[in-house]
Amino acid sequence: MTKVVRVASGQGFWGDWLEAPRRQVEGGPVDYLMLDYLAEVTMSILQKQKERDPRMGYARDFVGAIESVLPAIAERGVKVVANAGGVNPEACADAILALAAQKGARGAVKVGVVTGDDLLPRLDELLAAGHALANMDTGEPLAAIRDRVLSANAYIGSTPIVEALAGGANVVITGRSTDTALTMAPLRHEFGWAADDWDRLAAGIVAGHILECGAQCSGGNCLHEWRTIPDLANVGYPIAEARADGSFTIAKHPGTGGRISVPSVTEQLVYEMGDPASYITPDVIADFTTIRLEQEGPDRVRVHGIRGREATPFLKVSIAYRAGWKAVGTLVYAWPDALEKAELADRVLRERLDRMGCRFDTILTEFVGASATHGPLAGDGRDAPEVQLRVGVRSPDKAMVERFVREIAPLVLNGPPSVTGFAGGRPKVEEIVAYWPALVDKRAVRTAVTVRE
Amino acid sequence: MRVRLVDIAHARSGDKGDTANVGVIALRPEWYTLLARELTVERVSSHFRGMLRGDVVRFELPNLHALNFLLHGALDGGGTLSLKTDAQGKVWSTALLRLVLDVADDEARRLALPPAP
Repeated sequence: MTKVVRVASGQGFWGDWLEAPRRQVEGGPVDYLMLDYLAEVTMSILQKQKERDPRMGYARDFVGAIESVLPAIAERGVKVVANAGGVNPEACADAILALAAQKGARGAVKVGVVTGDDLLPRLDELLAAGHALANMDTGEPLAAIRDRVLSANAYIGSTPIVEALAGGANVVITGRSTDTALTMAPLRHEFGWAADDWDRLAAGIVAGHILECGAQCSGGNCLHEWRTIPDLANVGYPIAEARADGSFTIAKHPGTGGRISVPSVTEQLVYEMGDPASYITPDVIADFTTIRLEQEGPDRVRVHGIRGREATPFLKVSIAYRAGWKAVGTLVYAWPDALEKAELADRVLRERLDRMGCRFDTILTEFVGASATHGPLAGDGRDAPEVQLRVGVRSPDKAMVERFVREIAPLVLNGPPSVTGFAGGRPKVEEIVAYWPALVDKRAVRTAVTVRE
Repeated sequence: MRVRLVDIAHARSGDKGDTANVGVIALRPEWYTLLARELTVERVSSHFRGMLRGDVVRFELPNLHALNFLLHGALDGGGTLSLKTDAQGKVWSTALLRLVLDVADDEARRLALPPAP
């Protein structure tokens, strides 16, 4: 009988459904549970937390997730792969081992820890060695923002995760590994795919891309026939049932809601896509124009035919840096003439800010309910039952933004009529942590793997 | 005959920095050729006139009956810099679906395209 390895997706981002990991290990057979916690902005938030407390800097939700699936790990051999380590994978491992001890599962949990993605301590060494780390989008050298850098992490691939699994780990914690490697690494480990078996590695990456956003391929956020998608309250997260030849089936547990169809999987395939013929990862370049999809049964889509080619000699680096301050204020205006009142309020606000000498890099006004998401395509919005005025500002000068947030509430009494929706108080002034994508020579990044129990 | 894109395709979008991507997928495989012919870079750029600071780039995925558009400079800087409600470009897909196509009557009949209401 053909060996099938089942990788279940249990978390599509930090903040996803807390129920999902437990539902995935209890709803039917799975071999691996994949949990993706890291978005581009997450690393810098975690870095700030670590600066305040050296035991922090990882995705705290992960500890609760492991607690909810501990019986499956300890008694049924389910393995977990997660990039929950953030900027402090060792501290994350400490927390998981402490949890296991507390729950009487010491010895049953072997934590593989992948490190080496964190380039922050090595940044000046890398620059001195000639790695420019220029912005991939603008070409600007890193020197332009060097003194404002908060975090710098290389996106690492599947190899160290495979090493951790081979070393006996049943919970693998990484820092900034790619989302797709969390799915591909278990398949590489189970099927023994070679590091230059491009087609199969690419298949693992495509499986990872389909799973990495949780229910977004199984009926969540699905536009196709959305009214008829059954029982979203009970939505089933996706599972890749993979075979050694690189083909796999996307499925979900019986009795769960949502839908897995060719259209639902296709929507996820095109999500955040660049050039589909060159989906670049640290392990392989996958060609999404070779993917074949077939509905092989209810809520089952077979995926096959995937081709890949040799990876590039670079790793992508995600650098976060301080980039000024921002705030967003909102007020709601009611019919009649809701949009016209909101437009007047915007003019009044801007005139007051201008007279006070407030200057911003950007001041952006949107009329939510009329044109915020579709702009001029949305029609005139003149008869809207209500319109939310939404004004945002951005400035390197925090005082300017602080002055701005005091100018919203007064409009309730000294601006246009029929206004409400201000109960939240003054808008919050937030520091902007911006994102700087760069490339680095693979040979400059050295990952390390330890297995602890 | 006028045909609304929203009646013959579905779509999803996401972001990479200041770029939104919109993947447009034909609701029936036989409608893909029409989409590939009509949804040119020029047509999509003109649809989004005044809303983008950069170019439109198009890729074809005939295997998925889909086109992928990159809308550069769509997100006020993108990510955490952006002041927009849709800072991550999540619903640019629906803005593209507002597009209305003019299709010759005989082709529209042959492909059984739903007429715009």
